[in-house]
Amino acid sequence: MSTIAPSKEQLLAEFESKIAAEMKIEPRDWMPDEYRQHLVRQISQHAHSEVIGMQPEGNWITRAPSLRSKKILLAKIQDEGGHGLYLYSAAETLGISREQFIQWLHVGKAKYSSVFNYPALNWADIGAIGWLVDGAAITNQVSLQRTSYGPYSRAMVKICKEESFHQRQGYEIMWKMMEGTKDQQQMAQDALNRWWWPALMMFGPHDNESANTSNAMKWKIKRESNDQLREKFINKTIPQAELIGLKVPDANLQLLDDETYKHGDIDWNEFWEVVKGNGPCNQQRLEHHKRAHDNGAWVRETAYVAGLNQK
Amino acid sequence: METKLNYYLQIADNALILSHRLSEYSSHGPFLEEDLANTNVALDLIGIAESIYNECARIEGKGRIGDDFPYRRGEHEFYNCLLVEQPNRDFAFIMVRQFLTDAFNFYFYSEMTKSKDQFLQAIGFKAIKQVTYHLRRSSEWMIRLGAGTELANGKTQFALDTLWRYSQEFFVASEAEAAMIKAGIGVDLEVVKELWFQKVREILYMSHLSIPENQFQLNGGKQGKHSENLGFILTEMQYLPSKYPEAKW
Amino acid sequence: MEASESQGQLWEVFIQSKPGQAFKHVGSVHAYDKDLAVENARDIYTRRGEGTGLWVVPGKEIVAVTINEAEYFFEPIDEKIYRHPTFYDLPEGVKQM
Ligand SMILES: [Fe+2]
Ligand SMILES: [Fe+2]
Repeated sequence: MSTIAPSKEQLLAEFESKIAAEMKIEPRDWMPDEYRQHLVRQISQHAHSEVIGMQPEGNWITRAPSLRSKKILLAKIQDEGGHGLYLYSAAETLGISREQFIQWLHVGKAKYSSVFNYPALNWADIGAIGWLVDGAAITNQVSLQRTSYGPYSRAMVKICKEESFHQRQGYEIMWKMMEGTKDQQQMAQDALNRWWWPALMMFGPHDNESANTSNAMKWKIKRESNDQLREKFINKTIPQAELIGLKVPDANLQLLDDETYKHGDIDWNEFWEVVKGNGPCNQQRLEHHKRAHDNGAWVRETAYVAGLNQK
Repeated sequence: METKLNYYLQIADNALILSHRLSEYSSHGPFLEEDLANTNVALDLIGIAESIYNECARIEGKGRIGDDFPYRRGEHEFYNCLLVEQPNRDFAFIMVRQFLTDAFNFYFYSEMTKSKDQFLQAIGFKAIKQVTYHLRRSSEWMIRLGAGTELANGKTQFALDTLWRYSQEFFVASEAEAAMIKAGIGVDLEVVKELWFQKVREILYMSHLSIPENQFQLNGGKQGKHSENLGFILTEMQYLPSKYPEAKW
Repeated sequence: MEASESQGQLWEVFIQSKPGQAFKHVGSVHAYDKDLAVENARDIYTRRGEGTGLWVVPGKEIVAVTINEAEYFFEPIDEKIYRHPTFYDLPEGVKQM
């Protein structure tokens, strides 16, 4: 085969016209380095978040108060592991191995969503996590189904399908507890108080302060801005809270004329502290992951060796 | 009635307590695929246990619900074998415990499909599909652990040496069990034992592992006499219903 | 050359019908190497503009689970219904979730 190699300008123009035409970019297609780097960072961060996210909920599996809730929680956490797996696979199409991604996570070069650095302290936290944290994640993920990178977009479509029960099971827990005893109601309100703000922070800094947003929007990796997504989430969620008698812990919350809400100030100092590693559970989460990974080294090794013998 | 209930609980408790151990391992697996697979086994086992507990509540007819059996019984009222309550010391312990139990479950539930008791027959048919897959998976793992690296072989042999002393309790009929077998309801343990040994020998041979020389056996679980482990398992599992007895979740 | 190979080996063909969509299995071709396999697949399976992407995979590399094993291999549809959103109750008045 002999074709004249196109110039970088031509390749870029072609890439941009594909993006403009809402065509997906596939792994073997030419793409600008910055696009690739952005994807590597975003998808791997997303993958790590799913996997680290197994921990706060995992902490309650053995204490789930009914067999029904135990099954649901296990299945939900299992889904999150699966989401991590789909996302690592999507990120691997960019030429970096899962092992490498995990290494970067362990040395602090890669991040995961800060929301998982908060503790799950009572059973209602399992409700609040499903309802709010998954709710926020879904808002973001629905939008990402239209992301421009093919493997990422396909992973999102599958993930969104699986997510469909996560938020409901969480809300169901909250609802049942609000219909229950005084203790249960207090637990539910306490969980909402602690998870509300971290859930809002999940969408990231305001648009005018977010370094990563503009390029990602231009290349259609991200399809809606942090603030747009946060608004969507708030408008959906507040009526759900009120319906079951929960009070959103925001003294400055306003209901506007168009039936949407304006939230009070988010504590960005807290946000950045947690991002830097100073959240209540940062160390614990990372150490847990490292320990499991290190303890599994001999298992992976023997599976590998036995696999060679099989061939 | 008492005898039947006791026999049902024995079966359900084995499934429940093993699922508890497996669910403790969530997010601790050596890689993600294994974490998901392990959870599937746990979910299958809880499903089996739950169906049986619900039936227990029904036949007992004292107004208890299925969940009262796992959540509101004391240690001495649990009838699972000692093997399934042994802790997750490492992946080798988890897999040896699993393999020995899966091999038992496979033949046990196969035989159960022939029970005169319609409920047990149905449970047998439901469970056999699941435990067939469990046994396939843990057998594959035994071979990879035993016939892979030397390190893994050593760890797995150690786990086998340690857990073997709990492996024969499956085949020692409790009083309730003996009565159920006599009535054509319970599973004939002699049949299961022979098939189990065949399977275990075959897989251990392929795994370059051997049955330990020390044949001493511990048991008592089926009579409600447990190892220290069960108390901790139940303390954790029953925490919320014990602390908030009035609450519904 | 073994008789069975005189026609080349079997390759399974996967086509992506639109950018962004998953690759779907469409059939197989015979070919002697991967370049020929791609070309044969193109000429056989994309004559009507079916594809924007194409994969070929050596058939012997595919590990399959067949219908014979399906009974215990695949989860029956009515097991684990809690993985579906309709399993959950919502209070009246929740718009969408
Ligand atoms: Fe997820
Ligand atoms: Fe989720």
